[in-house]
Amino acid sequence: MSVQEVLPLDGLAKEQSGQFRADHLLVAGMVKPGSKVLDVGCGEGDLLQLLETRGIDGRGIELSREGVNRCVAKGLAVVQGDADTDLVNYPDDAFDYVILSQTLQATRQPKVVLENLLRIGRRAIVSFPNFGFWRMRLQLLVGGHMPRTENLPASWYDTANIHFCTIKDFVELCDAIGVKMERAEALDLYGRPLRLRMPWWVWNLFGEQGVFLLTRGQGK
Amino acid sequence: MVGVKSIPSPAISADDRSHEVDHPSSQVAQFGADQPLRLDCGVDLTPFQIAYQTYGELNADRSNAVLICHALTGDQHVANLHPVTGKPGWWETLVGPGRPLDPNRYFIICSNVIGGCMGSTGPASINPGTGKVWGLDFPVITIPDMVRAQAMLIDRLGIDTLFAVVGGSMGGMQVLQWTAAYPRRVYSALAIACATRHSAQNIAFHELGRQAVMADPDWHNGSYADHGIHPHRGLAVARMAAHITYLSDAALHRKFGRRMQDRELPTFSFDADFQVESYLRYQGSSFVERFDANSYLYLTRAMDYFDIAGDHGGVLAKAFAGIETRFCVVSFTSDWLFPTSESRALVHALNASSARVSFAEIETDRGHDAFLLDVPEFLDISRAFLQSAGKARGLTSKEG
Repeated sequence: MSVQEVLPLDGLAKEQSGQFRADHLLVAGMVKPGSKVLDVGCGEGDLLQLLETRGIDGRGIELSREGVNRCVAKGLAVVQGDADTDLVNYPDDAFDYVILSQTLQATRQPKVVLENLLRIGRRAIVSFPNFGFWRMRLQLLVGGHMPRTENLPASWYDTANIHFCTIKDFVELCDAIGVKMERAEALDLYGRPLRLRMPWWVWNLFGEQGVFLLTRGQGK
Repeated sequence: MVGVKSIPSPAISADDRSHEVDHPSSQVAQFGADQPLRLDCGVDLTPFQIAYQTYGELNADRSNAVLICHALTGDQHVANLHPVTGKPGWWETLVGPGRPLDPNRYFIICSNVIGGCMGSTGPASINPGTGKVWGLDFPVITIPDMVRAQAMLIDRLGIDTLFAVVGGSMGGMQVLQWTAAYPRRVYSALAIACATRHSAQNIAFHELGRQAVMADPDWHNGSYADHGIHPHRGLAVARMAAHITYLSDAALHRKFGRRMQDRELPTFSFDADFQVESYLRYQGSSFVERFDANSYLYLTRAMDYFDIAGDHGGVLAKAFAGIETRFCVVSFTSDWLFPTSESRALVHALNASSARVSFAEIETDRGHDAFLLDVPEFLDISRAFLQSAGKARGLTSKEG
């Protein structure tokens, strides 16, 4: 079963969708066409390019100079900046969606960043590697060393990732700060969504990454 | 006795230079008494003229016009041989066939700013009221004044919306002023190595340069034209000091180090023993051949006064509220005259205004001057930004 069959995206041809990462296709599917999006930690702009094909007005922030320059060279509206320090400069309700794709674990203050995301955007989409994934657990349990995966290949001493969490941890954080989960997905090792209506512990064990569509909770 | 050689007199006569002041070799737009230029200082400047160059052709729907704004000591000769020095245009890295600003695709306009000395009305021009050179009787001008004059030129050329306004340093300030004053007339803006306000340190450097000019006995309180001389020594010193701020320690070290000029041992004098000294003296003396001392005073002053936020109640974001212009802001890591932090403050304000903005910092040790040099990463980004804006604007290139 190919990823494209699992994640059809309106208006995107099959051969075209093959160019994009599975989690990007999933995220793009959560964004209403025509909306305004800020992608925090946009890397080289792959997701922004995918969003542009869907008529979405996308902006990006990226920490690495090389990443920013490649984005600008692609004609994307991307600025160099740090999620931890620069989000405070964005006004309330500036975007329909703020996306944090595979970046949460690299922030110094994940909770503050998450709060900022939902202040700047009416909705936030957050995806992150699940440290509760069975392979991670196995590496620590059996191997006795910090886990390394295809998506997180760096050793513990030279990784940019400093705040790992599990899907369960993230759900608890959302509860603690009163964020509502509109949609939640767990993707397996191949980027395929796990079946809906599975208990949380299954997701936490078998999800390689979590993708969440969040909205502000009551009283926010 | 210690040997001293002073800065040499300019090789080009004052007559040659002053001819360009009122009768430039480029195109000129004249504005008569019915179209005065309203200056920020409260004076109406009339009559006045703007000298400008154009490259390429305006397309049928007038949508491919690009305005290039020059830096402090630049002029309209952006991509052609300079009529006074005979040197190539100052921005041939960016402008020309196959370059990011290709005349085959865009109609490129570059005007000499008001207050300049290459054909636009300035302190070196003849005051029609007295028949003598303006000198210090010329009113003090600002960056918004320069932009207001450019807007009158763009009107004269029959262009409503500029596809892009592009500039570095003082040119970048004009770009930002254009977007703040005429947001609907600027489709895209490329602002390089600049800031929304001139910093205290930069004002300090400018004051140093002005005092050097004024300390020259040939300056004669600005009326040197009446004495048939030019304070070239003071102006050369001003240029030497400014030139250091355009470079970086790393670039100077790479280029010159502590190497000596045509000798192995020091002469134990104040002659130019070091290569870096010779280089600066050359920069100073070649500058005075083409530039007017009073014009230097007026243009540096215009930069000092520049403060977009100050013009909008201290809130920079207000200047760009609701703007639809596509921005690209570029800074250079080794630029200490307009450091990245200044560009970042601008980007924050543009973000707060919800503007469509890209921002890239280019890694280079070549200092502020990097925008004039062949820095491939910078040129690639400029090209990509203009191309994507062109695509959004529906510009079709001749080469397809």
